[in-house]
Amino acid sequence: MDLYRDNILDHYQNPRNWGSLTGSAVKVSHNNPSCGDSITVSLKLDSGKIADIKFTGNGCAISMASASMLTEYIMGKSVTDALVVKREDVEKLLGTKLTLARLKCALLPLETIRQALVESAKTRLPKPS
Amino acid sequence: MNFNPSKIAGDFPVLSRKINGAPIVYLDSTASSLKPLAVIEEIDRYYRELSVNIFRGVYNLSEEATALYENARQTAADFIGASSASEIVFTRNATESLNLLAASLTKKLAAGSGIVSTVMEHHANIVPWQVAAGEKDFTLSFVDIDENGKLDLADLRKKINKKTAVFTFTYVSNVLGTINPVREIISQIKKINSKIIIIVDAAQAVPHMPLNVQDLGADFMVFSSHKMCGPTGIGVLWGKQHLLEMLPPYQTGGEMIREVRLDSSTYNESPYKFEAGTPHIAGAMGLAAAMKYLQGKGLDKIRQHEIKLTAYALEKLKSIENVAIYGPEKAENRGGVIAFNLKGVHPHDVAQILNSENICIRSGHHCAMPLHTRLNIGSSCRASFYLYNSEKDVDALLQGLKNTAKFFLKKRC
Ligand SMILES: Cc1ncc(COP(=O)(O)O)c(C=O)c1O
Repeated sequence: MDLYRDNILDHYQNPRNWGSLTGSAVKVSHNNPSCGDSITVSLKLDSGKIADIKFTGNGCAISMASASMLTEYIMGKSVTDALVVKREDVEKLLGTKLTLARLKCALLPLETIRQALVESAKTRLPKPS
Repeated sequence: MNFNPSKIAGDFPVLSRKINGAPIVYLDSTASSLKPLAVIEEIDRYYRELSVNIFRGVYNLSEEATALYENARQTAADFIGASSASEIVFTRNATESLNLLAASLTKKLAAGSGIVSTVMEHHANIVPWQVAAGEKDFTLSFVDIDENGKLDLADLRKKINKKTAVFTFTYVSNVLGTINPVREIISQIKKINSKIIIIVDAAQAVPHMPLNVQDLGADFMVFSSHKMCGPTGIGVLWGKQHLLEMLPPYQTGGEMIREVRLDSSTYNESPYKFEAGTPHIAGAMGLAAAMKYLQGKGLDKIRQHEIKLTAYALEKLKSIENVAIYGPEKAENRGGVIAFNLKGVHPHDVAQILNSENICIRSGHHCAMPLHTRLNIGSSCRASFYLYNSEKDVDALLQGLKNTAKFFLKKRC
């Protein structure tokens, strides 16, 4: 049960930043049809930094723990710094190497957060006239 | 002679392997069965003793290989009770057999024809028909299931009509385990419309129970070798002779032709018409060895063994709190497969924890997404049994599940 280190179980059972933001927050949902996992991330930026991020979702321990850890990790970071977070960082956060079969679970939150970052950045650009 | 699964397990070399020092509890035969030594040796024999192509040489080696390949066709015909070896087409697997049918058969259908399937199908019996329907304006509909996971026969009668050209359905569900009353279904359909072409996906039936294809009343039947102790890469399409003759070829090239001119060609007769290129010769020999192996053990005994084991597992699973089991209640109405969920624990997590004890089960949608949607679940766990499984495998599964529940639920508060 190597994969289920205490920190993973802890984040799975007591997810940080659980919930959703209202108002001007950008919301992005992704799912992984191959196992029925789904996640919704909401994000608020302030002066190019992540002012607040929350998530809700449904999935295995790996995907939910990964979401919880990632939201904690990027809170307060600049969009540029947050956009370069990659697979190895997720593995570091989880504290374990991921097998091919579980990679998709762990990376679903990262993909969702990335898209939320990109969309938030877009909404701040002036509208093309 | 008594059926002794522990002794049978000794025929399967992979079961003597240890991973991290512990033996393997294999409960995923629905995905792929293990292979006995007799099959491995037969495949090995082709590469060591023959190694050459078939049909093409007049030399002894090629003659010998051709004879073995054609003997395998006869063995397959006998195994399912086909009237002739020429009704057996070797393909890559059940999926390719279904693709062949969806591509070739639909060339013969008028636009507007109906194709009917069921919500309990494997993707292999859904997607090829979607593609065919998209190309030529066929209507595609699916028969529902009832709350016990059985095919809804009233819905079947509603969906079948005079415009229906094809009904394609599974004999045994690879998730629910449901054994469809194939003969009864076919006779009901033929009463509504006697012209409907009927295809049976027997990927989960042929490996596990005695079956006579002529008894069923179907027009085509498909299955895979790797689920019945044979090698991967070979499967079977059985079809009634006159229907096979009527179908256009699927792939073209060598072996499947009679005469080739630069501007046009004539085709060989079936089954050769459907076997373009060099086939999986070792695979056919291995499949024949697998069929003989299973016949030696007795398909009827295998079926009885699986009923007993499934009944035992169902009983035990019900005794665990928070387990939801899908599919028919009685083991007699199921193949040796049980899909379930441990409430509050994701199937991937269940499978992962079981893996740490070398217990191999499947988690996910098992290539049956529409069925999972119909059941209102995203995914499930699936344990399945074959002739080499015994009660101690079920006991290991149960212990593993109890550990999993304890592991995830104790820490929750
Ligand atoms: C009912 C059913 N049909 C078709 C298939 C496809 O078999 P293959 O992957 O060997 O083509 C499977 C395999 O899981 C199955 O269970």
